[in-house]
Amino acid sequence: MATVQVSEAEKVYILHGIRDDLRVDGRGCEDYRHMEIETDVVSNTDGSAKVTLGHTAVLVGIKAEIGKPRPTVPNEGYLEFFVDCSANATPEFEGRGGEGLGTELSNTLYKVFNNKHSVDLKSLSICAGEHCWVLYVDVLLLQCDGNLYDAISVAIKAALFNTKIPRVHISTDEEGGKEIELSDDPYDCMRLNVENVPCIVTLCKVGHRHVVDATLQEKACSVASLIISVTHKGTVTCTRKVGGGSLDPESIFEMTEAGKRVGKALHAPLMKLLQQEERLGKKKQKVGFLG
Amino acid sequence: MAVDMRLPTIRKTVSLSVDAFDRKDLVVPGDVITSDTGFMRGHGTYVDEDNLTASVAGEVQRVDKLICVRPLKTRFNGEVGDVVVGRITEVQQKRWKVETNSRLDSVLLLSSVNLPGGELRRRSAEDELTMREYLQEGDLISAEVQSVFSDGALSLHTRSLKYGKLGQGVLVQLSPSLIKRQKTHFHNLPCGASIILGNNGFVWLYPTPGQQEEEAGGFYTSLEPVSLSDREVISRLRNCLLALSAHKVLLYDTSVLYCYESSLQHQVKDILKPEVMEEIVMLTQQKLLEQEG
Repeated sequence: MATVQVSEAEKVYILHGIRDDLRVDGRGCEDYRHMEIETDVVSNTDGSAKVTLGHTAVLVGIKAEIGKPRPTVPNEGYLEFFVDCSANATPEFEGRGGEGLGTELSNTLYKVFNNKHSVDLKSLSICAGEHCWVLYVDVLLLQCDGNLYDAISVAIKAALFNTKIPRVHISTDEEGGKEIELSDDPYDCMRLNVENVPCIVTLCKVGHRHVVDATLQEKACSVASLIISVTHKGTVTCTRKVGGGSLDPESIFEMTEAGKRVGKALHAPLMKLLQQEERLGKKKQKVGFLG
Repeated sequence: MAVDMRLPTIRKTVSLSVDAFDRKDLVVPGDVITSDTGFMRGHGTYVDEDNLTASVAGEVQRVDKLICVRPLKTRFNGEVGDVVVGRITEVQQKRWKVETNSRLDSVLLLSSVNLPGGELRRRSAEDELTMREYLQEGDLISAEVQSVFSDGALSLHTRSLKYGKLGQGVLVQLSPSLIKRQKTHFHNLPCGASIILGNNGFVWLYPTPGQQEEEAGGFYTSLEPVSLSDREVISRLRNCLLALSAHKVLLYDTSVLYCYESSLQHQVKDILKPEVMEEIVMLTQQKLLEQEG
């Protein structure tokens, strides 16, 4: 991730501030920065979303393609994640510099979604054992200002909400082979149920306390972070510890509880906003990238 | 915990008096400034088939026969006497490299700093080896531009007691074009914090030091916890600076103070919301106009 240099005195200032629950920008330890979400920004995808969290900007595009289901689960579709760290975000990502971070992010996303409940994979099946929908989720990092996991998970949830998968009809032709027909009507599509899609919360340990939505300066003062993905019911689907420092088992428990609390509170406003945007329909003010 | 999610809206710039001042000549790269060949071309221009064309986006400045284009957004071009706030990036033989938001890293020579104890003596080999004890990579300093090398790199010095290593506080990185040139860049604001408005766009906010610690030359950095009230003032000032810079308001001690006063009715963390930013900047610009007019 992009790093900034911080002097010792600045670190002490940040540490004491977090200890007193007043961060550099006036937030409390569990407050998020200003977030802006817009869906349907990329026209040639089946679903897309752009999320701006402070100065972090993430773009997610979802494309649905027909493919062969996995042999172990023949009546389910699947998701494929790919994270691209664009060199626009920071010069460190130039050339192949962003590959390491990109693979780490995609592996975490695989783990987060690797359970039966997050996305109803059975609804993605067309013909058991032969055809199914494969959702290619492509994440593009446009700007990097800390807290990538949270922004990516919110963007994926918004993009999945926005995804419109065309309805297919299976018909058998003369030789007994299956033929797939896509309906001609562009509005005849299937939407995904994103109720159980988890959101990721990153908690950074700074001093004796933990902070949510850390900026790059606060990240430079922390030695370890805990990444938790939480559904709207409070169920945890994946936890990961990143960073070179060590975490006390008690603080892991504390941070997990805080993460569950914060993560649970993320879903309601997000769904409300997405539904509000959906209702606006044509009247929605399209901002795109030049706002 | 508070989560503020919303749909994006097109940002509009707050400009109160569009008719009060005449729109100066703004050009973009490629715009023809004049076809008259009698002018000398200055910075930001080039000659393309007998036309004087702009090479940067900015306003055209004409001094007698010299035409130049001053860019609106640029890296810091230092001049002798500018006060800068910089971060040490490298420790080299007999000098430090300082990042000051210019095209090249600035240089701080060992002979341009005050030695601990204030002695005036020749720098010895031992001083060279203990450079890192004084300034390390990542440290922040306030300095003055002593001279400009031929390649454009700045040579800094901290030879006065008011310059030196900076202690606890908050650094805000803004565009250098927004900082107004004034007689002094060190201010002790009445709201309870102090500010250094570096010409290079780096603004340093710190708690006002006690009487006895003033003018220490930055050798002793206090690591005592700063009080909560001071912290709040500094956080509020930081958010106000970001709000002013987002709306391209010139920054100097008066504008920062007016913005601080206008923001007192809101909570510190709310200042960065777009509608609150607009409101605060509008009030600040109104107050500034009243003061001038």
